[in-house]
Amino acid sequence: MSSHDPISTDAEVASPAFIDKDNVEGDYAASSIRAAMINRPRHELYAYWHDFRNLPTFMENVKSVEILEEGRSQWTIAGPAGAEVDLVSDITEDIPGERIAWRSSEGSDVDHEGWIAFKDNAFGRGTEVRIFISYDPPAGTIGKVVAKVLQREPRVQARRELRRFKQLMETGEVSTSKATDAAPRADRHF
Amino acid sequence: MRALTWHGKHNVQVDTVPDPQIVNPRDAIIKITATAICGSDLHLYDSMIPGMSNGDILGHEFMGIVEEVGPANTTLKRGDRVVVPFVIACGKCFFCDHKMPAACDNSNPAEKADASEIAYGYAMTGAFGYSHLTGGYAGGQAEYARVPYSDYGPIKIPDGIEDERVLFLSDIFPTGWMAAENAQIQPGDTVAIWGCGPVGLFAIKSAILMGAGRVIAIDHHPRRLELAKLNGAEVLNYHEVKVREALMEMTAGIGPDSCIDAVGMEAHGFSPDNIVDAIKQETKLLGTDRPHVLRETIMAVRKGGTVSVPGVYGGFADKWPIGAFMEKGLTLKTGQTHVQNYLPDLLQLILDGKIDTTDLISHRLPLEQAAEGYKNFKENQNEWTKVVLLPH
Repeated sequence: MSSHDPISTDAEVASPAFIDKDNVEGDYAASSIRAAMINRPRHELYAYWHDFRNLPTFMENVKSVEILEEGRSQWTIAGPAGAEVDLVSDITEDIPGERIAWRSSEGSDVDHEGWIAFKDNAFGRGTEVRIFISYDPPAGTIGKVVAKVLQREPRVQARRELRRFKQLMETGEVSTSKATDAAPRADRHF
Repeated sequence: MRALTWHGKHNVQVDTVPDPQIVNPRDAIIKITATAICGSDLHLYDSMIPGMSNGDILGHEFMGIVEEVGPANTTLKRGDRVVVPFVIACGKCFFCDHKMPAACDNSNPAEKADASEIAYGYAMTGAFGYSHLTGGYAGGQAEYARVPYSDYGPIKIPDGIEDERVLFLSDIFPTGWMAAENAQIQPGDTVAIWGCGPVGLFAIKSAILMGAGRVIAIDHHPRRLELAKLNGAEVLNYHEVKVREALMEMTAGIGPDSCIDAVGMEAHGFSPDNIVDAIKQETKLLGTDRPHVLRETIMAVRKGGTVSVPGVYGGFADKWPIGAFMEKGLTLKTGQTHVQNYLPDLLQLILDGKIDTTDLISHRLPLEQAAEGYKNFKENQNEWTKVVLLPH
């Protein structure tokens, strides 16, 4: 916010996302920020997220992550109808225990950037975690498919991914009510 | 396995469905020995709660034997006998830490939580068999159920006590208890309770155990009023008297110190406000709830008194008497029950013989007859006061 703006809010993240829902920060068309309080130590949360191989445990669309070299990873993302897209992601900022930012490299199927920030709550309620994600789907058939899934709903995605991350960190598991492939109980052995 | 499934308004049936399995490390699979139909299940039966899907397994009052536990579960083992709280809570988040498991942050799956976040501003907590707003979890009117976070919620039951005496720890006993606790009863207080269904009856029992001087129960079903009377309440049949006038007369103009709305969104009765509400409710647009009882409690309670609302509401209410609420200086307390908080103490009350938890049971049916149980619990509320289902 510029100094000319009237003082009207004390929200700590001075992002357009908190001021005007149609106006978001970031370089790409579709983006969203979301905050959550997580009842775990800050460094533990940072450490889990920092190993990008953990992302598929709570990011629904990320099928796998392979570390290519220090700070660079390749993500395989599930699209609709079995389509898969790849992106190579570089860590652009890394402040241990506080903040990680990443950005897709040129040539990725999807242009993507994001950051996550961790801060101790001043009143002992845990760690304040804020996540930002942004996409700019490319042209072409795959792009249209990706756009349909991703561009339209970054807000939903940020919300769900942060919820799953919180669930996993606080409870040790990601909540689900989905039934697994079930077999008749009588046929099973204990 | 066999399970009671929902297929639309007034359409439930017992189907063969896949058995549940361990999905998450803290899960347990319970072989259900007893389950019950709750008054709040009738809101689902009547299609008053959004977010239901064809084939959903209903039921949130159940108990049984632990069949299998996940690898991270260190508190339960196969063969343990447990009652399962209807609220699914993780035991780890801020809300569980602060004794508010019914506000658990984590039990509603991320992909299910959006709907209630939009409707209520915050995602609802998970619950068994109670629509996809509360997570879409399969319920317990079945032979088996998967219980998430089973190392936190379920309470172990000692051998030698019948299922029926402890089954209602799953919901209606703690719900009636919390309703009475929320009524902030002081020794000698007069407490008026609308609705003599299972929650109302447990609220009567609890209020008396908490030292209420006088409990006045309101309903129109003679059998339900009789049960209330047997539990120590004075009764009012609202088909025979004007409730507020009767309460004022009985309390010499003071009014009850606390009022409890154990009815909720589908109030009966032919008062003008309720008829208008019923028409609006049919449209699903002009109003979703019929808050006749809530209005009456606010009008009837004494100045500075407390209104406690265990009755279920789901959407929006019209003609909220905010003037009476403010000018009389009232306190309103409500919420889904923090079941987990109460279980050890309430189990002890049962084991010590301080409370009769079975007098309300009118019918015991095999699970196969569950649909008949719903129909009669809905249509013949006078005789069908509580239905227990036996899956095995």
